[in-house]
Amino acid sequence: MFNILLIGLNHNSASVELREKLAFSDDDVKKTLKELANSKDIEELLIVSTCNRVEFLFTSKDSEKSIVTLKKYLADKKQIPIKDFEKNLYLHTNDDAAKHIFRVASSLDSMMIGEPQILGQIKNAFRLASTVKSSGAILNRLMHRTLNTAKKIRTETGIGDSAVSISYAAIELAKKIFGSLEGKKALLVGAGEMAELAVEHLLRNRVEDIYVANRTFKNGVKLAKKFNGTAIKFEEIESNLKSVDIIISSTGSDKYVIKNKMVKNIMKERKNRSLFFIDIAVPRDIDPTINKITNAYVYDIDDLNGIIDDNIEERNKEAVKGERIVEESVLKFSTWVEELKVVPTIIALREKMKEIADCEINKTYRNLNNPTDEDKEALERMTDSMINKILHHPITLLKGNNNHIKREAEYLNVLRNLFDLN
Amino acid sequence: MEYLKTICVLTYILSSVSYILFLFVQKERYSKIGYYLLCLSFVMHSTVIFIGFHETGHIPAYNLRGAIMIASWSISLVYIVLKFRYELKILGTLSVPLACILFLIATQLPATEQFINPSYKSIWVFIHITAMFAGEGAFALACCCALLFLIQEHAIKNKMHGFFFKRLPSLELLDSTCNTCINVGFAIITLGFITGLVFAKMTWGQFISMDPKEILSAITWLTYAVLIHGRLTMGWKGRKSAIMAIIGFLLIIFTFIGVNFLFNGHHGEFTRF
Repeated sequence: MFNILLIGLNHNSASVELREKLAFSDDDVKKTLKELANSKDIEELLIVSTCNRVEFLFTSKDSEKSIVTLKKYLADKKQIPIKDFEKNLYLHTNDDAAKHIFRVASSLDSMMIGEPQILGQIKNAFRLASTVKSSGAILNRLMHRTLNTAKKIRTETGIGDSAVSISYAAIELAKKIFGSLEGKKALLVGAGEMAELAVEHLLRNRVEDIYVANRTFKNGVKLAKKFNGTAIKFEEIESNLKSVDIIISSTGSDKYVIKNKMVKNIMKERKNRSLFFIDIAVPRDIDPTINKITNAYVYDIDDLNGIIDDNIEERNKEAVKGERIVEESVLKFSTWVEELKVVPTIIALREKMKEIADCEINKTYRNLNNPTDEDKEALERMTDSMINKILHHPITLLKGNNNHIKREAEYLNVLRNLFDLN
Repeated sequence: MEYLKTICVLTYILSSVSYILFLFVQKERYSKIGYYLLCLSFVMHSTVIFIGFHETGHIPAYNLRGAIMIASWSISLVYIVLKFRYELKILGTLSVPLACILFLIATQLPATEQFINPSYKSIWVFIHITAMFAGEGAFALACCCALLFLIQEHAIKNKMHGFFFKRLPSLELLDSTCNTCINVGFAIITLGFITGLVFAKMTWGQFISMDPKEILSAITWLTYAVLIHGRLTMGWKGRKSAIMAIIGFLLIIFTFIGVNFLFNGHHGEFTRF
């Protein structure tokens, strides 16, 4: 009888140093899949390796042995003594293993709940396993259900709806003001990782022009080149306020770079088109009183952090709905697994045969002229023994201690499909 | 006829309910159901009006009941047309219940038989009335957009990212929809004015009879004219034009109902009951 097992470690159970040591590249994964799939104890295998987790999902007839094999393999391959990582490993079996992989793919187990990358990483893991054919009937089924569950959770709950990074939250806000960002102009004042990330988001939303203003003009030119934008002098900011729509500011200045008066004067020339200021700098670059000017909106780092906190809370609430969908999926999957076991399959096969035989016998009765009870009995005996003869070999094969059959589930699955037993 | 009206009320109510549900639950299908129900109500509503027209030979707008009935009809019409152009589902949660309530009020009002001056059976009056109501429907929708704009603007300015912020569309969309409604409404109302003036000249020999409703309508028309002018030349965008749109609509309501109770004039008799 096979078991589904999941063994691994993630950001909760292991430090980043350990995760780094145990991480696999795509090529490593392929190699390992081939090597381990040849071992006796592990039947089907899939490896998920991301920066936050390394997990082995596999099926085996002998759980204990396969776990030992795996640990040994890891220690050899990564040159770490087993005791150094053993305590960081978690192990899930059967339904729990399914539940775990569902939760991972739906990013309910992620560091940031609802982050979208993990689904792609899981798909990749499945693709690698498929190419080297280390996944079979069970894992294929499990992975399909995993992807379905993750997609369902993404569409039916708001788990990934709201922004949870500063730059993304700023873009969402801009969309609430301008609708589409297409054709808008943005000005980046200063530099910095977060500000540049926001500019990248803007470009992805098809903002037309990017202007960069830096105190050191040379740096500005460099940065502008990166975004395919235009560098302007620091003194030109005021005149540029006329044409730009979104201003992202992140300088080290201890005085306001953009003052209330500058904006007030420009609003008329702008014909009151909206102006959105994103102030990521501490101390602030943009005079907060600008927010009071009609059609000008100022958000500083605290405002944006406030949004993110709210959104994280929102995601956590949505995650509860996600857990419910996971439970449903686990139930469906475990029903399928139960059916895939030997005894129920044999019973189902027998019943199917009996059903066909009974149906044909009844037809025959109708064609015969008043068959006697003896005739009937003889006919039934004959069909019963035919069924037994036909099923004899398949059943001994399934029941027997068939070590020569690797991936017993594969046989069961084919059998169920051939005879339409599902 | 009564039977049809009852079904129409019911579909209006159901449509309003699904639009309100859409506001809270944010499931696409509720807005869709709401829209289909609204279209259904609109067809029945039109039938009711058409039957009235057929029976009397003129637009059934010569008493308060008829006037409100047509006002409600024009709001539905404008919203249905608007839905084609803009993806503004949330506007339905305001305008559909409004149309629904007006329709409900109309059915509850007594149908007083009014003596209709035969001269009113003119094509000019027909166009005058239709244009006035359609234009006012557009202004009503503009007012709804303006209200939503102010709510959303308040949320963004004060960093309150709660219920409304998430559900309302962008400021830009609300502003431009409001603007479209006002432009269209203004054009239609102007047409209504001209036909009214032509009719007055033909019937009474003078363009303006200093009827209080005429004066107030002229003021309203000027308000919207100023708003459009300000937008084009001085860039009155956003908050300012939203407030103006609301003031303009309040003036319309006053012109529509208030005047008839306070003053006398040849428009007055139509909205008595």
